[in-house]
Amino acid sequence: MTAYRAHLLVCAGTGCVSCGSFEVRRALEDEIRRRGLEREVLVVATGCNGFCERGPILLVQPDGVFYQRLKPEDVPHLVEEHLVKGRPVKSLMYVPPQEREPVPLMKDIEFFKHQRLIVLRNRGRIDPEKIEDYIAYDGYAAAAKALGEMTPEGIIAEITAAGLRGRGGAGFPTGRKWDAARRAAGDTRYVVCNGDEGDPGAFMDRSVLEADPHAVIEGMIIGARAIGAAQGFLYIRNEYPLALARIGKALEQARQNGLLGKDILGTGFDFDLEVVRGAGAFVSGEETALLASIEGGRAYPRQRPPYPAERGLWGKPTVINNVETWANVPPIIRRGADWFAGLGTATSKGTKIFSLVGKIANTGLVEVPMGIPLREIIYGIGGGIPGGREFKAVQIGGPSGGCIPKSKLDLPIDYESLKTAGSMMGSGGMIVMDEDTCMVDIALYFERFAEEESCGKCAPCRVGTGVMARILAKITAGDGTAEDLARLEALAASVRQGSLCGLGQTAPNPILTTLRYFRDEYEAHIFDKRCPALVCKALIAFAIDPETCIGCQLCKKACPVGAITGELKKVHTIDPQACIKCGICLKVCPAKVHAVRKTPAVAGAAGSPTASTPTATPEKTGEGR
Amino acid sequence: MTAKAAGRKRALIQVLQDIQDRYHWLPPEALERVADVLGVPLVQVYGVATFYKSFSLKPRGRHICTVCLGTACHVRGGEAIMEQFERKLGIAAGETTPDGAYTLERVNCLGACALAPLAVVNGRYHGQMTEAKVEAVLAEAEKDEVS
Repeated sequence: MTAYRAHLLVCAGTGCVSCGSFEVRRALEDEIRRRGLEREVLVVATGCNGFCERGPILLVQPDGVFYQRLKPEDVPHLVEEHLVKGRPVKSLMYVPPQEREPVPLMKDIEFFKHQRLIVLRNRGRIDPEKIEDYIAYDGYAAAAKALGEMTPEGIIAEITAAGLRGRGGAGFPTGRKWDAARRAAGDTRYVVCNGDEGDPGAFMDRSVLEADPHAVIEGMIIGARAIGAAQGFLYIRNEYPLALARIGKALEQARQNGLLGKDILGTGFDFDLEVVRGAGAFVSGEETALLASIEGGRAYPRQRPPYPAERGLWGKPTVINNVETWANVPPIIRRGADWFAGLGTATSKGTKIFSLVGKIANTGLVEVPMGIPLREIIYGIGGGIPGGREFKAVQIGGPSGGCIPKSKLDLPIDYESLKTAGSMMGSGGMIVMDEDTCMVDIALYFERFAEEESCGKCAPCRVGTGVMARILAKITAGDGTAEDLARLEALAASVRQGSLCGLGQTAPNPILTTLRYFRDEYEAHIFDKRCPALVCKALIAFAIDPETCIGCQLCKKACPVGAITGELKKVHTIDPQACIKCGICLKVCPAKVHAVRKTPAVAGAAGSPTASTPTATPEKTGEGR
Repeated sequence: MTAKAAGRKRALIQVLQDIQDRYHWLPPEALERVADVLGVPLVQVYGVATFYKSFSLKPRGRHICTVCLGTACHVRGGEAIMEQFERKLGIAAGETTPDGAYTLERVNCLGACALAPLAVVNGRYHGQMTEAKVEAVLAEAEKDEVS
């Protein structure tokens, strides 16, 4: 094996690839070849590093120097300076917000410093398309131990003792699930990986599948051995083409290396895996719906019990865990339950991956020990809110979760605390919102999502989510009444109690938490006809300040409906009747001029009903175009 | 395409996906053939084809524009991007231009939230979208060779 003096680890996660990391990799390879360094320097494409905000990312090892936002044209200079002359290039390094000096080393960057990597241990250091890389970092050692040295009961005991709980939402103890499936009657059993990550704003499962597919496969081999399954399925969203490609390749390599198929590692254990592509339905993330989808039908959830551990795929006992849960299994088996249980809180063990998105400086994926305060994630790792804006809330747990306000920033993040606060762990999406986010609009967004994604099987969810969405739309249009709040609360309670599956039962959470923590915003919409965040179109207006307008015509040219008039170098005006409140004029107005202003709509002003249609009634968006 | 799945009811979704990938929609004749070969009632084939969002029962345009409206894109102004696409193409989300050139679709999160707001045109990801960029993105798509 060739020993290289430097490894250039180029991030090839979806975020970086979309920003052009493959072009950067090609430029690096070309430049290294041009300089005859190909025997000294190796370019490796790795999985997602998590710091997606700064893509494309390059890590130079063994130096540990972190480069970000690279363009192919930066490459010749970078290779010349860093790899030939040994002078790291400051101008391509990360500069923290509000600071001037770059931070050269990855380990010193705040975003990475506070993280504790277990599931994402291999991110950014192995080539996910090479099984040798995975094996080099103790890959499949846990499978060898489980198959060779442990009994199925022993494996389950270890997982139970570790205190691992499902990372997909509800947090059910994994060991207990496995134990139930093992004890269930019958000869045929299945293991299933839930990779139908549908929560908007959550992408940790995609990242794990892209960065370390073998960890998921290894976890499933161990699980299959524990419950006595010979066949397993990986159900992965069709919207994740890169994850599908990587897992497909990983399965092939595992088979070639005798890690899947007949007589795995010579232990006499037979097991194989099949990939099933999801077809685009949020509800298929619900476990019984997912199983129905694997069977080839519509993804309808069904009543539980019986739980899938007793009666799952084709009526056989089935263990279904999500991607992150499976990827936790190999380290637990390899390093022992005590080690894992030593991390986290009394009831929530280990780490959790969160996707930190929205109005946050450092967007990306972070893995932190359970119990870490919310504040540390948002301000320590996330770098706070960009643009000097004020933090308002963080939405945790997707459409099933809730908004946590500023007053709860010191909340330790674990299953129980989040539930007490009215939210839930969910899959771990954290959407940060600032003062420019309207909480009623957010509740409406989630209720529309729930209505659209409701499978329609049970009435409370099918009808209830729609009615709640319409009430919210009415409030954002400025037509809400005091009774609407009581109606929302009553409906929310019925939908929660009456729905068949988790999607419906948790659909009211975004409303209930915003009502609990941001009732004043609802009241401002209803009683003052005012949107405090200036988001809801019916309640805002755009105007040009005659004092500051320089008559540059930028807004006039950009206005899609010709609502702006004014000659060159003369003050412009907006016709409120014609204005559709798209806000483009505000964005094109030069920052130093800042003549276009967003203001609360004057009560009783004309134009509000027409202006409200784009947000209030999506089914009518085609009109008038 | 259907041969390998003959008689396998479980393969229904996968077969429909293959057809969708090839033709970008599910023609009625194809659905009838799938029902025949797999031994599944036609009503069930339609049930599945209409349930999942990745299937289209109408022909789609040569260029596919997808605007992400996941939560991260929503809070960073994804709706305004969608509205700009709607204005520029003269169609609403979910529709195809009369000349069959463009289809405009929405998606509830592509998991690339760092790039929010995000639009994907002919498979290319355009992150940190602005209304002003829409025109250039469409002009670029116009040059793509598509079937």
